[in-house]
Amino acid sequence: MQLIATHKKPILQVKELMKQFGGNRAVDGATFDVEKGSITGLIGPNGAGKTTCFNCIAGALSPNNGNVIFDEYDITGLPPYRIFDRALIRTFQIPQELTQMSVLENLMLARGGQDGERLWQAWLHPNKIAIQENDLQESALEILELVDLYKHAHETASSLSGGQRKLLELARALMGQPRMILLDEPSAGVNPTLARKLSEHIEMIRDKLGITFLLISHDMDIIERLCDKVIVMTSGHVLIEGSANEVFSNTEVQEAYLGSQYR
Amino acid sequence: MDHQYEKNFMAIPDSVILVTLIGATNWGVGFLTTVAIFAIVALALNLQWGYTGIFNFGVVAFFMIGAYTSALLTLPPPSKFESHILGLELPVLIGWFSAALAGGLLALVIGLPTLRLRRDFLAIATIGVATIIRSIANTTEGFVNRGSGLNGIPRFLDNFTNASDYKWVLLVIMIVMLSAVYFGLQRVTAAPWGRVLRAIRDNEETAMAAGKHTVSFRMQAFVLGGAIMGLAGALWAHRTGSISPTAFNDLFGTFVIWTMVMVGGSGNNKGAVIGALAVGFFWFGTPLIQEDLPDILGTRVFQLRELTVGLLIVLFLLFQPHGLIREKPQVSRFITKRKNMYQQLD
Ligand SMILES: Nc1ncnc2c1ncn2[C@@H]1O[C@H](COP(=O)(O)OP(=O)(O)OP(=O)(O)O)[C@@H](O)[C@H]1O
Ligand SMILES: [Mg+2]
Repeated sequence: MQLIATHKKPILQVKELMKQFGGNRAVDGATFDVEKGSITGLIGPNGAGKTTCFNCIAGALSPNNGNVIFDEYDITGLPPYRIFDRALIRTFQIPQELTQMSVLENLMLARGGQDGERLWQAWLHPNKIAIQENDLQESALEILELVDLYKHAHETASSLSGGQRKLLELARALMGQPRMILLDEPSAGVNPTLARKLSEHIEMIRDKLGITFLLISHDMDIIERLCDKVIVMTSGHVLIEGSANEVFSNTEVQEAYLGSQYR
Repeated sequence: MDHQYEKNFMAIPDSVILVTLIGATNWGVGFLTTVAIFAIVALALNLQWGYTGIFNFGVVAFFMIGAYTSALLTLPPPSKFESHILGLELPVLIGWFSAALAGGLLALVIGLPTLRLRRDFLAIATIGVATIIRSIANTTEGFVNRGSGLNGIPRFLDNFTNASDYKWVLLVIMIVMLSAVYFGLQRVTAAPWGRVLRAIRDNEETAMAAGKHTVSFRMQAFVLGGAIMGLAGALWAHRTGSISPTAFNDLFGTFVIWTMVMVGGSGNNKGAVIGALAVGFFWFGTPLIQEDLPDILGTRVFQLRELTVGLLIVLFLLFQPHGLIREKPQVSRFITKRKNMYQQLD
């Protein structure tokens, strides 16, 4: 924990973010920082606007207002592929795997800068592409090993279970060689043993590769175990942030989670 | 007398067999030549729809623009009974190349405003463009000779052969062209490029989250497909020698092609070719058996085959949605499966 305290520089800054669907402000002035190399938790009751926040950061949605700064670069409203190019990668709360494609190629797709994705290169230089594909396959298999999906590499992604699809989401994010990953409920539907392994992996990945994580989860064990800092959202804005213990003992947070009937 | 009779008796069946054989060969050669052209169009539609999920309901527009482009460039200047532009007497190969360019350009023009929108926008635009192009050809004075069409379109490599051999030359040309398109497409689709297309088809959001500029990829597939359709149109024009707007109807030029891709199996190039063969055999074969059918069917054979094509689409959608040949979960041909790494339990 002391090690983390030295990572003071923010890699992601979200400022006064606002996203409106019709009359409903899903995100309403959310402001927070994520420190480089940290695992930061983003929690809050259902419908608090966490996923919408991710969508605005990752470019899937354009915010109505506010800014997103990633590594000192304003990425507000950029299309998703430009944000991917800056090595900020998100996963989906509801897994969005390519069901008709093999698990292995689901991953291979997710690497940026492939020459074989250029029409002319694919046409003119199959030998070069063969080499790149071979390397790509190697690193995809390594990542599949990490998330326990190695033996499913050549099956279609549709044959995976719900939990396995969540793991594939994480694997896909890793495949993109990110500097930061936005993880939307990675352990939902994953069995407890594997969920525990998963959180160990996340910590290991952060320690070894220095990848920053912003982690949405309803699993308070994982939040407590992993997060250097926890941000609590309710009704589209940040209620409080602090260490897991600080946040959990806060009465406002408890109220937000329990809902009005317990007031 | 007996002897004479026997001789005649023997002679008749021989010549009948010979005539039938020649007829069958001629039909077979013509059929394969036509199907090869249709297979090229089916491959192009398979690239757009089968791989990328683009709904092109105006295939005939690309086919037609290719046919007219090549015809106008290779025909001699119009006689006093005709009125059309150009007539440059350029070599046929230049006509074909320009036809591909024209098809690609048309795709670019349609794609630029619509490809970034929801998928149905492009579908509607392509239907509209097909109708517009046909009606321009039909009504504009001094453009492409209106309803009388363009006639005497020169044949490719015609001067090297006599008339009866030419059908074989033509067949070889079409098979060469089909092979070139097939292997060319196979090279880029069974590769990372094709993998991105299939990803876009199945889940555009995922493809974007994986860093792909999906609009650009869809544009590439649409334009390349349009260019190939344009080329096929040119092959058609130089094969038949004359073209007119009425021949390019939606049924023949768009929906038969869709049926080919759906029956054969989308998302893989083999399926498109098999589908072209199967549906083509049915489409061009039914008029041949017209006389053998009972009158009640024989007189309605053209309506019946249209009905059957519609029925085929429905039946395949319901019972065999993957077509005769199903696409493989592995896209890239560069992937090596290692025996020891997975044991599949069936
Ligand atoms: N595409 C959309 N169109 C309209 N409303 C939306 C859309 N996406 C989200 N919302 C609304 O925005 C609000 C916030 O949703 P969001 O998915 O961001 O919540 P969340 O914090 O991720 O919740 P959960 O913990 O259940 O995943 C909800 O009221 C939701 O109904
Ligand atoms: Mg959510």
